[in-house]
Amino acid sequence: MRHYLSLIVYLAICLLIIVIFQQNWLNAYIQIVMMFIGINIMLSSSLNLINGYMGEFSCGHAGFMAVGAYTASLLNMGLFTTSSIFGRSLFIGPQYSVFLFPVTLIIAGFCAALVGLLVAVPSFRTRGDYLAIITLAVNYIVKSSIENIQEIGGARGFMGMRQVVNAMNNVINIPWLMIWILAFAGTSIIALKRFVGSTYGKGVIAIRDDEIAAEIMSVNTQRVKLIAFMLSSGIAGIAGGLFAHVIGYINPGTFTIMKSTEIMVMVYLGGMGSLSGSVLSAVLFTVMLEFLRPLQLFKWVLIPLLLIILMLFRPEGLMGNRELSDVFPGLRRFFPSKEY
Amino acid sequence: MPLLELKQINHFFGGLQAVHNFNLTIEPGELIGLIGPNGAGKTTIFNLVSGFYKPTQGDILFHEKSIIHLKPHQVTSLGLARTFQNIRMWNSMTVLENLCISQHYRMGYSFMDAIFSTKTYHEHEKAVVKRAMEILESLELSEAAGEYPKNLPYGLQRRVEIGRALTIKPSLLLLDEPAAGMNPSDIDRLIELIQWIREQFHLTIWLIEHQMKVVMSLCERLCVLDFGQIIAEGSPSDIKNNPRVIKAYLGDEEADDDAEN
Ligand SMILES: Nc1ncnc2c1ncn2[C@@H]1O[C@H](COP(=O)(O)OP(=O)(O)OP(=O)(O)O)[C@@H](O)[C@H]1O
Ligand SMILES: [Mg+2]
Repeated sequence: MRHYLSLIVYLAICLLIIVIFQQNWLNAYIQIVMMFIGINIMLSSSLNLINGYMGEFSCGHAGFMAVGAYTASLLNMGLFTTSSIFGRSLFIGPQYSVFLFPVTLIIAGFCAALVGLLVAVPSFRTRGDYLAIITLAVNYIVKSSIENIQEIGGARGFMGMRQVVNAMNNVINIPWLMIWILAFAGTSIIALKRFVGSTYGKGVIAIRDDEIAAEIMSVNTQRVKLIAFMLSSGIAGIAGGLFAHVIGYINPGTFTIMKSTEIMVMVYLGGMGSLSGSVLSAVLFTVMLEFLRPLQLFKWVLIPLLLIILMLFRPEGLMGNRELSDVFPGLRRFFPSKEY
Repeated sequence: MPLLELKQINHFFGGLQAVHNFNLTIEPGELIGLIGPNGAGKTTIFNLVSGFYKPTQGDILFHEKSIIHLKPHQVTSLGLARTFQNIRMWNSMTVLENLCISQHYRMGYSFMDAIFSTKTYHEHEKAVVKRAMEILESLELSEAAGEYPKNLPYGLQRRVEIGRALTIKPSLLLLDEPAAGMNPSDIDRLIELIQWIREQFHLTIWLIEHQMKVVMSLCERLCVLDFGQIIAEGSPSDIKNNPRVIKAYLGDEEADDDAEN
């Protein structure tokens, strides 16, 4: 029972949020911000696996997000909607979207994980600055490839994902998107927490601390890197798929280095190697972005400035390698760790 | 049947030949030393044996099977463990975690088991922790289980590093200058420790050492290396009086006998 306490608390919060959404107690704008928070939690925590736990410097996370966003959108549009680009809905009617939407997201995650190989494989041979440049290159490759495929809108992108959401709402009218965001964000955090908490996953931290010792003292570093990069990019892909359906419109310009930087800021703000830090900073950062919206482009002066200040005065981030339960031991009740 | 055989090993770093026609056979149960002046190529030989470098020429047989095409973690999984000249622990994790991670090679579950928290996962995790605790207890390190290695005194860090190597269940243990940087009382305890683990875990030990006290009191056979080449081999007392060895050491400014001790 105690073991499931955190899960029960999380489910209760989810239920509360869903009821609030269902009853429209919050205006549409705040609802969308809350959905972005969930998506950003997935993005920052998955990037933390690489930049925080593994100690690599990946600065192309938005590339994986793009792969997921396009895969999920294309699948859903193609399967469930009739539009000018994709023609009549294929095979099956819109009503199946309720069941198949999460499946398309998982497929999107798989595709993003496959593109993650573009970084994982080079990481066997190189690291540090060189790998950072490779991640940057992958971000550009993804963005430019999409720009050059006119069938999916090229640089203009495409819209219509709202229809997918409408299709689901026509079956049962509940806040589907928020439900799936809560489900996938929760699952991602649990998966990441369990992974880095297992001796197997701690191989990732061993690589950060001393890769040579890891390699020689029995860690199959290539496999561990492969898993870490694919897990990380896979979660980013799912987040991308959700993102596309929240804003209802995607174009390659959304997934540039700018977006990657945003995710990186969240990781460094929250603290490297701290999942609760990533969650906390995703909430703070998303809300802050909204408050800074009136500044328009000036927010892109302010945010990097914030990053500079952070690196100067608190380089370890808000949490810095600790989890919330380390800072507030009382919380251990909710996150019991297994002792052997 | 020899445990380890190095056959005609040559190793180059670019134009520099670090190992020159190196031949050595180690029988099970031996405790053999590798000595030589700084830069002689001793660590390079350990790196070759543990699979970190591939020899430019030659072959290495462990249990009569060639291991030069294996990755380091595969070599380790055959029962060949080592320590490093400069202690290399994973310092952001506790001693216990360090001794668990070194059992990675026989982690009987996949990452999916970890994510889904399956029964297999919990069983193996339990076994891994149990093994680590057993080693810590036998080395009288239980108290340090929750500490971070870098916060421990130097002598204990060495002990922990040897403990980590023992979690591998090695049949051959390579120790690269285990006494480096230790004070005399630490050194005495280290000598005791090495003798004890050798019997307790039925180990064959190959060690590199500059401290003559360690070498003379432990090793049954010595191999002297200079410029990547064996210049003498034999019992410690023979080696002590071998003129070539004395010359090699005296030729190297800081490495004459007095400075070493
Ligand atoms: N990765 C490398 N790249 C190039 N040269 C290397 C490399 N590793 C070692 N060397 C060179 O090979 C030679 C042998 O080095 P090695 O570290 O094996 O010596 P050693 O006998 O262990 O010395 P010490 O007693 O100082 O530890 C040295 O000249 C060293 O500079
Ligand atoms: Mg050396």
